Amino acid sequence: MKTLEMQRAHAVQAWNGLQNSARPVIYVGAGSCGLAAGAAEVIEAVEAYLAKKRIGADVLKVGCIGPCYLEPLVDVQMPGNPRISYSNVTAEVVRELFDSFFEKGEVFRRHLVGHFSENGFKGAPKFFEHPMLQRQVRIVLRNCGIIDPENVNHYLARDGYKGLEKCLWMPWSDVLEIVKNSGLRGRGGAGFPTWRKWLVCRETKSDTRYLICNADEGDPGAFMNRSLIEGDPHAVLEGMLIAAYTIGASKGFVYIRAEYPLAIQRLKSAIAQLRELGLLGRGILGSEFDFDISIKEGAGAFVCGEETALIASIEGKRGMPRTRPPFPAVAGLWGKPTIINNVETLGTLPNIIRNGAAWYSQYGTETSKGTKTFSLVGKLRRTGLIEVPLGMTVRSVVYDIGGGSVKGFKAVQTGGPSGGCLGEEFLDTPIDYEALGAAGSIMGSGGLIVLDRNTCIVDTAKYFLNFTQAESCGKCVPCRVGTRHLVNILERISQGKGEVSDLARLERLALAIKGGALCGLGQTAPNPVLTSLKYFRGEFLSHISDKRCPAAVCRDLVHYRIIKDKCTGCQRCVKICPTGAITGPRSEPHNLDMSMCIKCRSCYEICRFDAIAGDAIVIEPGA
Amino acid sequence: MPFDPFAEIVRGFEGEPAELIPILQRVQAIYGYLSPESVGRISRWLRISENEIFGVATFFAQFRFSQPGEHVIKVCLGTACHVKGGEQILDVLKRRLDIQPGESTADGRYQLERVACLGCCALAPVLAIDEKVYADTSVLRVHQMLEERENREDA
Repeated sequence: MKTLEMQRAHAVQAWNGLQNSARPVIYVGAGSCGLAAGAAEVIEAVEAYLAKKRIGADVLKVGCIGPCYLEPLVDVQMPGNPRISYSNVTAEVVRELFDSFFEKGEVFRRHLVGHFSENGFKGAPKFFEHPMLQRQVRIVLRNCGIIDPENVNHYLARDGYKGLEKCLWMPWSDVLEIVKNSGLRGRGGAGFPTWRKWLVCRETKSDTRYLICNADEGDPGAFMNRSLIEGDPHAVLEGMLIAAYTIGASKGFVYIRAEYPLAIQRLKSAIAQLRELGLLGRGILGSEFDFDISIKEGAGAFVCGEETALIASIEGKRGMPRTRPPFPAVAGLWGKPTIINNVETLGTLPNIIRNGAAWYSQYGTETSKGTKTFSLVGKLRRTGLIEVPLGMTVRSVVYDIGGGSVKGFKAVQTGGPSGGCLGEEFLDTPIDYEALGAAGSIMGSGGLIVLDRNTCIVDTAKYFLNFTQAESCGKCVPCRVGTRHLVNILERISQGKGEVSDLARLERLALAIKGGALCGLGQTAPNPVLTSLKYFRGEFLSHISDKRCPAAVCRDLVHYRIIKDKCTGCQRCVKICPTGAITGPRSEPHNLDMSMCIKCRSCYEICRFDAIAGDAIVIEPGA
Repeated sequence: MPFDPFAEIVRGFEGEPAELIPILQRVQAIYGYLSPESVGRISRWLRISENEIFGVATFFAQFRFSQPGEHVIKVCLGTACHVKGGEQILDVLKRRLDIQPGESTADGRYQLERVACLGCCALAPVLAIDEKVYADTSVLRVHQMLEERENREDA
């Protein structure tokens, strides 16, 4: 016990020292999203600048703080000043930014997002009052982007592992009681009360029990779990320790997608730190609790997010689901009682234990307590990772946080391939398990994809069905054959070859799949079709009856046109066209031969971004 | 005793059938793909049939059965990338490289893959060349990227 206390005292000192550092501190958002936006080059530029000018400063790589559209984010904390965040930083901006601070001694004003002080600072806005962050409640994400995820001291200094310490001096039933009273429901998608699953597992007689952290975030368009693990791996590990203690598990696994190399690396280093601190292994912190954690890399199969398929995959088999019952809580991995919890569920636990059930349940609605993270992406102004209290309306999330769509909001897709497409009439629907279910969608793991008027509903439904069809494991007929037929019908409609009777056919087939499929993948796969048919029937009909894609997306139902009055004849499109469909001499309006056009969009983009005219080529509905 | 690379590869494993997937992952990490020979060695070591190993390996998207190209281009077709035009980016690459996803170019330089999600959805559409992820790409950027790479090689 004493060693953790000493480590924490040391950690607190180091953390406070960093907050009031006599040296400049530079924080760079270096999660996967930051790196994709160019954070690696920014870090190089930062280090080169500091080395060249012989400036002694600390450079910390932090996780994703949320507004990914502002990446790469760089924060500068000068001695005596609060930490100030800058957006869209490139190597050139680094030079200007640092010249301002280090040469002129002035706060750089351009690219400024906000500062992290509680008080005002020279008229600069507060970071957490930025429109994207203002309405968020950051519980699970409290450390993401704030701390160095590879430094366990940062986690410890911010009350890390206090939840675990508290648990170890309570009987397991008391911990279960706290989780029960908090109202926490599984964040993986189905929303099953966490405590109930745990109790079944705990009460099943067995010499061995297992805990699995499901980090197989397969929903395309969702990255909450990746960000949490990259930004605060210890929160997830502490949650695993708390869950394992409560259910009596001695062995845990993190099942994580191989597509997330940075998250895997962060977990590995965090697990090594835990071993050093005596927080893994036998007799943790002097108690009688033994626990160890291994990482299992998923090999790329969406269906492995399903509990029984995930278990099969850990056992070294094809990741195919089996019928339930028995549920994994009774007979799971190698036939032993097994609990599978989502990354976010686990990451929430330390906060609940530390602050109490009543504190957590003050957020949310009657039946959906607490907060939920979402990846807010698609056609809207501000995209990124958010955490909001459950019950917030779709409108608040899309408009207040996301800033709305430039081209006009059309729909939001919740729950990924298992969810539904909800249009404008649902803007005032609260985001909670019940309301989304009643609308025919699901909460899912937290993907929120916003579609604007330039997105085609038929195309989106076809996209999801193509995905589930490809990911169907093939074990049961409704899913294997049924989804194939759904895809075929949708394909036909998007080509303008559909019939009005296809709509009834889609619905009949969708309901048959829902009722007959073996696992969650198949049972929910038709949701995108059913909801879009229900709420956007007119758009299907215009594809069928008018052979017209109103959003000008479905390739067989659009044409490209050169507006002669606008074309300056700059020949950029002529050069890029792969089929020679565009012709014409320099300085004269070009000609586009639609019989040769393959609709690859190259000319459209080059005209908008690289040509003299800018908007002389248009894509219009109608073949 | 002569040097046996296979013994190096399976160092740290115990030879349990449950270790099959991690072993396949390590073999692929080293050789880039699963050759019939490696599957044969794994089969004898774990005492499970080659048939069963191929059954497991073909189930998962991660495993490849032929030598990949030198540089792997992964086009993300997650939902956010799809609605922002990922499909057309893949089309341009298919045409310019003259290969289908899962194939490599005749000169062995490029391998084209479509992936379900790289997890950078807020910066869609994205693609990755080897380990580097490119954000906010477009049909146009892809044309430019390929040309830049070609020019660099010519120089």
